[in-house]
Amino acid sequence: MMTDLTKMTVAAARDALRAGEVTSAELTEACLTAIDAADALGAFVHKTPEIARERAAAADARLKAGDAPDLCGIPMGIKDLFCTRGVPSQAASRILEGFRPEYESTVSQQLQDAGAVMLGKLNMDEFAMGSSNETSVYGNAVNPWRRGNDDAALTPGGSSGGSASAVAADLCLAATGTDTGGSIRQPAAFTGITGIKPTYGRCSRWGIVAFASSLDQAGPMTKDVRDAAIVLRAMCGHDPKDSTSADLAVPDFEAALTGDIKGKTIGIPREYRMDGMPAEIEKLWSDGADMLRDAGAKIVDISLPHTKYALPAYYVIAPAEASSNLARYDGVRYGRRAKLSQGDGITEMYEKTRAEGFGPEVQRRVMVGTYVLSAGFYDAYYNRARKVRTLIKRDFEQAFDQGVDAILTPATPSAAFPLGMEMDDPVQMYLNDVFTVTVNLAGLPGISVPAGTDKDGLPLGLQLIGRPWEEGDLLNTAYALERAAGFVAKPGKWW
Amino acid sequence: MSIDTETAARVAKLARIKVEDDALPALASEFNTILGFIEQLQEVDVDGVEPMVSVTPMRLKRRDDAVTDGDQQDRVLSNAPDAREGFFAVPKVVE
Repeated sequence: MMTDLTKMTVAAARDALRAGEVTSAELTEACLTAIDAADALGAFVHKTPEIARERAAAADARLKAGDAPDLCGIPMGIKDLFCTRGVPSQAASRILEGFRPEYESTVSQQLQDAGAVMLGKLNMDEFAMGSSNETSVYGNAVNPWRRGNDDAALTPGGSSGGSASAVAADLCLAATGTDTGGSIRQPAAFTGITGIKPTYGRCSRWGIVAFASSLDQAGPMTKDVRDAAIVLRAMCGHDPKDSTSADLAVPDFEAALTGDIKGKTIGIPREYRMDGMPAEIEKLWSDGADMLRDAGAKIVDISLPHTKYALPAYYVIAPAEASSNLARYDGVRYGRRAKLSQGDGITEMYEKTRAEGFGPEVQRRVMVGTYVLSAGFYDAYYNRARKVRTLIKRDFEQAFDQGVDAILTPATPSAAFPLGMEMDDPVQMYLNDVFTVTVNLAGLPGISVPAGTDKDGLPLGLQLIGRPWEEGDLLNTAYALERAAGFVAKPGKWW
Repeated sequence: MSIDTETAARVAKLARIKVEDDALPALASEFNTILGFIEQLQEVDVDGVEPMVSVTPMRLKRRDDAVTDGDQQDRVLSNAPDAREGFFAVPKVVE
């Protein structure tokens, strides 16, 4: 019984909690036990059992009193990027060692208010910069999936690698992630779970450690589409503390899940058919289109002509914003300060603190960002990238204007790859985000749904991209795809 | 566009990240790889295209210019590596 509790979906647990068939205390203990037995996955990097037990007890009291929102009593993991009051929140960086925020991020506060139980903080790439969770100061998060009987450790993807690993391994019922270029959708695809990045502005960014503010969005990582709908609703909403948060009503996304997509138009963008795309990804994609067609949707070829330029534009805009956002880590107000030598002044303090506090990938991006914003290059790189971004968004607008309701693409160019692969060329790693990064640049909602496996039995995901603010419709299309794909495989437990 | 070690050193300085001299050639080479990748953007015809300012067109909200928060000196300083007498402490800045 105890191990089965952690395998529950949020929806099933909600119903069982309300029916009094299980208590939040029981669910929470089962998760805490599973977490303690799963250190090999490197998913939970700060465990908070006391907080979890306290909130579980409070949730059980609310349930008893009949005042129980959907997430009341649901045990969740929180990505380390979210500031959580009194609990280490260091964006997987050495430079935030010892930082315990005096405040709570809006999203994690909303989850707490809804009665969700925080089990701890989840591993990630440092400052969310990475696609394999290998840039974390905590060490790697590991994918619970393996290639057949091969015991080589695989990446859970990144940057929300710990969140993906924890949900796929049933250490928690759901987790928060954040997505700047694919950091929810790529790890979800690598671990056989569901992840949605909502429209830019749906979730407040307040209290989430900033990477690239015009691209960052939080979203849920869950066991299925229904859970994504339930958790997303609790995370969204207008927040006066984030000036880019949208003052729009948050619909009941779960109510949109009818599974009926008859008459919907699904676009297949021809530019996503990349040279050298593995045959199994190509097949997954066309199978996905067939499934949606069989469910009554109309499949049309579309063109998004500037797709090719999305990654290069992203690798100007994201580092530029990061170089500005990360300027605050100076060893003065919080986190780590380097040991100084006799005679060191304030400049040496900044330079030494940032050299030992930031890992190599973060340093690289901060410096690239500094370069593209520097006098003489601002127009050639930064302004040009922002113009290309306008064109990328226009591509999508034109597709939607032609009546396309959602766009179907692969989520990733491959299945999960081994940890520790030598990548002398940082650009190789960047290519992981080739299908997801356009969505951030255009501010659109995107969801990754597990839809099949590769020849080694590893999960593969498909991505659906929706119209702005129409997450409900997007989730419903994803729900239809999920039902048709019937992906139910789970990783064999080795940890 | 090719970045030499001198430019790499200048960028590191601007970013306030200490990079040892012997690490500069490798850094310059990484910059060149990344900038080579970014260079593709020069192919795009961007004539008459406005640079994106906000991905979602929205009017920023206005609010009264009033104090809504404060009197939290202890909490503001609680994470400082060095705080003294109610202030952040740093190495001597002015001789």
